[in-house]
Amino acid sequence: MVKEASPLEIERNIGDFAYPETHTHDAGVGLTEKTIHYIADIKEDPDWVREFRLNAYKTFLSKPMPTHWASKDLEAIVFENIRYYLSGGVQPKRNWEDVPDDVKRTFERLGIPEQERKFLAGVEAQFDSEAVYSNIKKAVGEQGVIFVGSAEGLKNHPEIFRKWFGKVIPTGDNKFSALNSAVFSGGSFIYVPPGVKVKHPLQAYFRINAENFGQFERTLIICDEGSELTYMEGCTAPKFNTATLHSAVVELVALKGAKLQYITVQNWSSNVFNLVTKRGIAHEDAEVKWIDCNIGSRLTMKYPGVIMKGRRARGEVLSIALAGDGQHQDTGAKMVHAADETTSNIISKSISIGKGRATYRGLVQIPKHLKNCKNNTECDALLINSTSRTDTYPAITVRGTGNSVQHEASVSQVSAEQIFYMQQRGLTEAQAMSLSVNGFVNDLVRQFPMEYSVELKRLIELEMEGSVG
Amino acid sequence: MTNQTAVLDEAMEIETPQESSQPAILSGPSEARVAGLPTWFREQQRAAWTKFESLPFPNRKDQPWRFSNVSALDFSSFIQPAQLTQKERDEILELSTGLKEVAGRLIFADDQLLRRDPLPEKLLNSGVILKPLDRAIIEHEDLFRRHFMAQPAALGSAKFAALHEAFVTSGTFIYVPRGVEVELPIEIFHWLHGANAAVFPHTLLIADELSKVTVLEHFRSAHSDRAGFGCGVNDLVVGRGAKVNYICAQNWNDKTLAIQINATTAARESSALSLNVHLGGNYSRFESLSRLAGEGARSDLLAISVAEGSQEFDARTLQDHASPHTTSDLLYKNALTDRARSTFGGLIRVEPHAHFTDAYQTVRNLLLSDDSEANSMPGLEILADNVKCSHGATSGQLGEDEVFYLLSRGIPAEVAKHLLVSGFLNEVVDRLDHPAITDLIHGLIEAKFARR
Repeated sequence: MVKEASPLEIERNIGDFAYPETHTHDAGVGLTEKTIHYIADIKEDPDWVREFRLNAYKTFLSKPMPTHWASKDLEAIVFENIRYYLSGGVQPKRNWEDVPDDVKRTFERLGIPEQERKFLAGVEAQFDSEAVYSNIKKAVGEQGVIFVGSAEGLKNHPEIFRKWFGKVIPTGDNKFSALNSAVFSGGSFIYVPPGVKVKHPLQAYFRINAENFGQFERTLIICDEGSELTYMEGCTAPKFNTATLHSAVVELVALKGAKLQYITVQNWSSNVFNLVTKRGIAHEDAEVKWIDCNIGSRLTMKYPGVIMKGRRARGEVLSIALAGDGQHQDTGAKMVHAADETTSNIISKSISIGKGRATYRGLVQIPKHLKNCKNNTECDALLINSTSRTDTYPAITVRGTGNSVQHEASVSQVSAEQIFYMQQRGLTEAQAMSLSVNGFVNDLVRQFPMEYSVELKRLIELEMEGSVG
Repeated sequence: MTNQTAVLDEAMEIETPQESSQPAILSGPSEARVAGLPTWFREQQRAAWTKFESLPFPNRKDQPWRFSNVSALDFSSFIQPAQLTQKERDEILELSTGLKEVAGRLIFADDQLLRRDPLPEKLLNSGVILKPLDRAIIEHEDLFRRHFMAQPAALGSAKFAALHEAFVTSGTFIYVPRGVEVELPIEIFHWLHGANAAVFPHTLLIADELSKVTVLEHFRSAHSDRAGFGCGVNDLVVGRGAKVNYICAQNWNDKTLAIQINATTAARESSALSLNVHLGGNYSRFESLSRLAGEGARSDLLAISVAEGSQEFDARTLQDHASPHTTSDLLYKNALTDRARSTFGGLIRVEPHAHFTDAYQTVRNLLLSDDSEANSMPGLEILADNVKCSHGATSGQLGEDEVFYLLSRGIPAEVAKHLLVSGFLNEVVDRLDHPAITDLIHGLIEAKFARR
């Protein structure tokens, strides 16, 4: 039906630029205990953090690669060739004027300042490991919301930070969460006090700017009782020849009645291994919602999860994955029901183009003696070319009589009739295809904040352009 | 208890010491077992035994064994059964009630052939073969060798397929020549009799081009209180345009460890339907590989299980689409009560170039008690384009409205529940277009309910 895609990198090129590296701190290549001490020294970690890192390093060494179930491509990661810490040695700045010019240029290319003027309540942009720019609008600060880098968080707010840090995702959860726990730097720490509803989304952009440099940011967000927050994370990475590793850990805590929404648009360049652990805990009546969109990277393995710990808690994952030539989007969701009347919803849509491979991997667990728990899972996959690939691997465990679970998945391709209809109305085949694909993801994209949905639609159009003809 | 059974019980007690002197299966196949089999086959068995010993034991961390209680797979107590006495043979034949009308019938107990009802003259003349395995190995060597254990056990049980191959001496060989239709079903019984006996039932069915055949296989225990081990393989080779129905009625006692491995290959324009009814066993693992090898092939995979007490049913399936324009449709239903567990791990795999595939997979679990547990892993791997694939898995309980409706009609709660569970399972059984077999399956399910 449709010929093979020609490799296309139009949109990703926006992130493909780099400035001369002027890092004053560089932990060098490879990972040893010395690297950990180096990072801890530079960051002036308290003793408990240093110890935490060292223990995590041991766990990392002892954990096997998850290649018995996951892609063999993981074996291509050479941990000895990665730089685990780089920093420009600049302190976080709150005024735009204080930001160094070359850094400013990077952000200008990313379009952050305009977005800030238009939409954003605060910007925390991460340039390499350190947050060099962070600005919280007065209104948010006055409400008592803490929005700082994770390093600042653990120094200045240890009473909140330590209580939750590493509690949602234990160090030994998997090999990459252990790696992150050993070498983490950067990321956000957010605390929203009880009853505070943050009107505008908080946003952070992450950038990688050094070859062979893994980014290990660590984000912890706590929404106290009855509060509300939307957090947006966007990623772009400059393009390099050798593989780069990105391994983040994101922990969310929604206390009683809180609502927390975490939005990611991931557009790493296609040599990045993106291996991320993301999990939230929802207490009584709380809601944790992940909106996750994966377009870039060479291999992404990311399964945002929600542990529904309190009654009537709710978890939701909306996921869009676009796998182009040479890409493997291995995404999904984990829903662990741990209290009565908890509900969860997973909607996943994936599109495979060219030789791309999209995988859905899910886990739904409802242990015994829980009542009235419900899960709904829907996975739809769209295949564009004859060489495209899609997989679905859910695992569902249900015990007891009070609960119900349904899982559905379908795989299809763009119907030839639809394309024909649009073509005879004067659209080119590429336009028709792009319209069809946008229609496929439309009901999910609509749930994204405005500028993301616009950007996403444009991204899909560009991706589709080369795939037809 | 009547006098007669009392006498029988006594007779068995006397036999017990003999049985315990039988070799354990883990000490390897005994020489006596394979005497009379051709050398090439015995060599193949020896190689299989080496393979069994060298392959690692399954681990729950292996994806094909995820959620499975692998500790149940302890073979140390199982032995190679002793020769049956005439009295025991007669007893078992008495119990072997199945279909009224069959084309042919074979009855095995403890891997020994008890009776053989040959095919009618007409079918024999048209070249249909229905023979015990040990004869087919010699008399139809070419055909047998070409298809015997030809498909790899790809769903986790390679080790146990090797164990089966090392021990297999009895079973059924069926060949239906081109264009021949066997209208009445062929019926096979496999009984477990001796205490801790291990049996290795094998069925190899080869349906040549445009032929048609239905096979019903029973797995039963002669005594409800004796532990046993059934490690069976059934391979169906469906030729071009052929139509095969295979029904497995697994009704071992609840002290039996059961492993059943199936491989079905469907050639061009052929159609294979299998219905697997799992009622017995304390741990029952079932692996089914359906390979759609030729264009236009169709495979229907149906199964039900009724699990109670601490029974565990573990089903793994692969719908492997290797050719374009193929169809497969899987429907598995489990009704679970008490502390029973079920696991379903299924995969639809559409290979590159198998375009225009239609593949469906539906799993439904009905949880009737608080301690029952259902695990579902419905999977898809699509490497082709232009396919229609979907899968669905649900786990839930009886609908409140449905129960209420029946109650409002004056039907007692227990009966209402029973009716709804039967209705739930019948959707699967009724997909089989064979009233006599459908009735028989209904009867087995009802009997299991009645025991509660």
